[in-house]
Amino acid sequence: MNNNKALDFVKKYTMVIVLVLVFAMFAITTGGDILLPANISNIISQNAYVFILATGMLLCILTGGNIDLSVGSVVCFVGAVGAKLMVEAGLNMYLVIIIMLAVGTAIGAFQAFWIAYVRIPPFIVTLAGMLAFRGLSNVVLNGMTVSIKDQKSFVDLFGGGANCYISDIFGFDGINGLCLIVGITCAAIFVFLQFKKRMTKVKKNYEVESAAAFWIKTCIIAATIVAFTFRLAQHKGIPTVLIWVCLVILVYGYITSNTTVGRAFYAVGGNEKATKLSGINTNKVYFLAYTNMGLLSALAAMVTIARLTSAQPTYGQNYEMDAIGSCFIGGASAYGGIGTVGGVIIGATLMGVINMGMSLMSVDANWQKVVKGAVLLAAVIFDVVSKRGKMLALD
Amino acid sequence: MAKILLEMKDITKTFPGVKALSNVNLKVEEGEVHALVGENGAGKSTLMNVLSGIYPYGSYEGDIVYDGEVCKFNKIKDSEAKGIVIIHQELALVPYMTIAENMFLGNERGKKFKINWNETNDLAAEYLKMVGLKEQPQVLIKDIGVGKQQLVEIAKAMAKKARLLILDEPTASLNEEDSKALLDLILKFKKEGLTSIIISHKLNEVSYVADKITVIRDGCTIETLTKGVDDFSESRIIKGMVGREIEDRFPKREKHIGDIKLEVKNWTAYHPVYFERKVVDNVNFNVRKGEIVGISGLMGAGRTELAMSIFGKCYGDKISGQTFIDGKEVHMNSVKEAIEHKLAYVTEDRKGNGLILSNSIKINTTLSNLKGVSKHKVINKDDEYAAAADYKQKLAIKCPTVEQNVGNLSGGNMQKVLLAKWMFADPDILILDEPTRGIDVGAKYEIYCIMNQLVAEGKSVIMISSEMPEILGMCDRIYVMNEGKIVGELDASEASQEAIMSHIIKAS
Repeated sequence: MNNNKALDFVKKYTMVIVLVLVFAMFAITTGGDILLPANISNIISQNAYVFILATGMLLCILTGGNIDLSVGSVVCFVGAVGAKLMVEAGLNMYLVIIIMLAVGTAIGAFQAFWIAYVRIPPFIVTLAGMLAFRGLSNVVLNGMTVSIKDQKSFVDLFGGGANCYISDIFGFDGINGLCLIVGITCAAIFVFLQFKKRMTKVKKNYEVESAAAFWIKTCIIAATIVAFTFRLAQHKGIPTVLIWVCLVILVYGYITSNTTVGRAFYAVGGNEKATKLSGINTNKVYFLAYTNMGLLSALAAMVTIARLTSAQPTYGQNYEMDAIGSCFIGGASAYGGIGTVGGVIIGATLMGVINMGMSLMSVDANWQKVVKGAVLLAAVIFDVVSKRGKMLALD
Repeated sequence: MAKILLEMKDITKTFPGVKALSNVNLKVEEGEVHALVGENGAGKSTLMNVLSGIYPYGSYEGDIVYDGEVCKFNKIKDSEAKGIVIIHQELALVPYMTIAENMFLGNERGKKFKINWNETNDLAAEYLKMVGLKEQPQVLIKDIGVGKQQLVEIAKAMAKKARLLILDEPTASLNEEDSKALLDLILKFKKEGLTSIIISHKLNEVSYVADKITVIRDGCTIETLTKGVDDFSESRIIKGMVGREIEDRFPKREKHIGDIKLEVKNWTAYHPVYFERKVVDNVNFNVRKGEIVGISGLMGAGRTELAMSIFGKCYGDKISGQTFIDGKEVHMNSVKEAIEHKLAYVTEDRKGNGLILSNSIKINTTLSNLKGVSKHKVINKDDEYAAAADYKQKLAIKCPTVEQNVGNLSGGNMQKVLLAKWMFADPDILILDEPTRGIDVGAKYEIYCIMNQLVAEGKSVIMISSEMPEILGMCDRIYVMNEGKIVGELDASEASQEAIMSHIIKAS
């Protein structure tokens, strides 16, 4: 491997390398505590909302570095509406889920309309939304907390509380067999799909990476999946919320990389005029991005009130910042057009690991914020500088 | 012989993939008006950017000797300090600032933390008088016309104590009257001892105003003509600009011209911002199967606007008129509909409007026809790769793989990717807007070959170009456009630069 290749490798997988290094660092400083099964499991449950919101935020950022500031308030508002309907109106849980999704989507569409068709800057529209829906949450809840502890099936479904894991059907001693089997199956399917893709490429004589590189990469990912599920199995198994997160990742990962709709998001961010002249309705792309953000905010709202088993007017604060930060750390470009769901998940995980690690080290919460801010700035500086090829923008 | 104020010796400047200037020499005497002429992309503006320090010392080879000493400019300020001031084709004025504020922008009067507004306005008034502009210094730039804005630019240059004034296409956006006034102003300043370099496409203006003319072609200096010594006629200058025999530059083709494919009737469009301005005025034209039709005219004649208003109405307001394809009337109200009617518009601005520079060749190639590589909106990536690789080979796009980002390609290769993109959309009618702008001669020839191949397949091509030689060399029929109107139609056999120009002049 010559120098150039090594550099390319580092550039391509920077955040993965950083994630591994940060993990290793915390493993040392916490004396291995961060690797405990319970903590691994917690990284997922604590950050589920970040994974979901960051995926939606990616679509907004792809359209040209535009962000949605309203998501935290929308999460709170939709959560408040849901909790009220369940507890006070006593509506059926599934009906409430549908209503929550509908409300979230409607809010998204409302904001998206102004952004896409009237061309009000997204920053302004969503800033207004951030203020308005925070206020409305307070109005809906009368400034009080609504507990949903009694809505057991809702809480279980969205992975809140202490014991929301998929129950084991095997009952091995001390380990969750189902979780382990699911993990191994997923890894096997992953390897199989990758191999099949490679074989098609080879058959059609397209260029492929070397066999060694392919197998190393595939095996490392498969091993990570197995190791991860093994850790989960040692704890209590698969948290139910992981199912939702995986679902979102898979669906949006597929849409962004394999469909014409996904392609349109990248194209608009890359060059809107060229996209328009290629016969793609760019207004619709903006509309979709922000409407979808509303939908995913609703899902994040369910996850949030389930985890905290209540709805409060203060929920969801700074959620938008977690989501935006994850996107940029995960390699999305601040100018749009660049970024992947995979990268965003790495970015969100990195933020989660840093949070967890520092909490285990009992770092003061205020200093944690300082560190997170520094990581975000460093990630974006790296992104911009590496693209420009030099440090300072001298004329 | 007067003193030589500026001498540029053996200037060579390369951009990735293109040699923009090779061993260019330019000598300017003190107190003369020196014209720089050449085709688009010949390297005139690049040379002036080298001179003014926009391309800093070290990014080019050769020497700049100014006023007897070798200069090493690192930024525009360095050259301005010496009295070299450049006025660009696109005016650099801030619309919501006053004339006086603009004039002293970056050169403010008074102290660093306290601008002396009285001095600013007084001085501005003085310079405005010098250039003969009757406006108050407190008037906002957006409230005065382009002709007056050009004068403000000159006043601004004078405020910087210019000794050598460089004007890049100063009359491109001016009408006849304003142009004449501007040229006379340059002559007036000349009498007062100012040296000017003027870049212009308008050869009648050049022969009117210049003492010497240096011709640049394909990045090389060809010759310098002196008033009173050499023949200063337009045809003589054109000979220098075009140079080699026209036959060599364009590939031959056999003509198989069929029925009328696209016919446009009474097409009118208004400016999208200035609603009362007609940019396309009652245009009628047609193109036949297997035919290359040229649309010639000066910049700003409304050619791009005509093309874009036809292509799914993506430019203009209050568009009226009819379009017929194969004799049937069609309505194309969006780009999508235009593409569905097998029309393609290949933009003149490949970086701004054509390609997504941060994406790969593959992704750019399929963008306007994602349907062609997808099923139920899911893209088949293998098919996509195959399609892109196919066009890479067909059009001889020079790149290691189709996964490479378009932004790293040279102009010629970018143009080919843009063509590939629209050829993949499988159109019957292609509108090529300045398809060879800013690319080198070799790549131009390849683009011409692609055009010939397209018409050989029975497609129709409409070529918009400002370069008359290529219009004459490539087209079967030529329309001449001026100020939004078609002012002439010529058959290839009767067309010549003089014939085209005389149509334009007669109309205006």
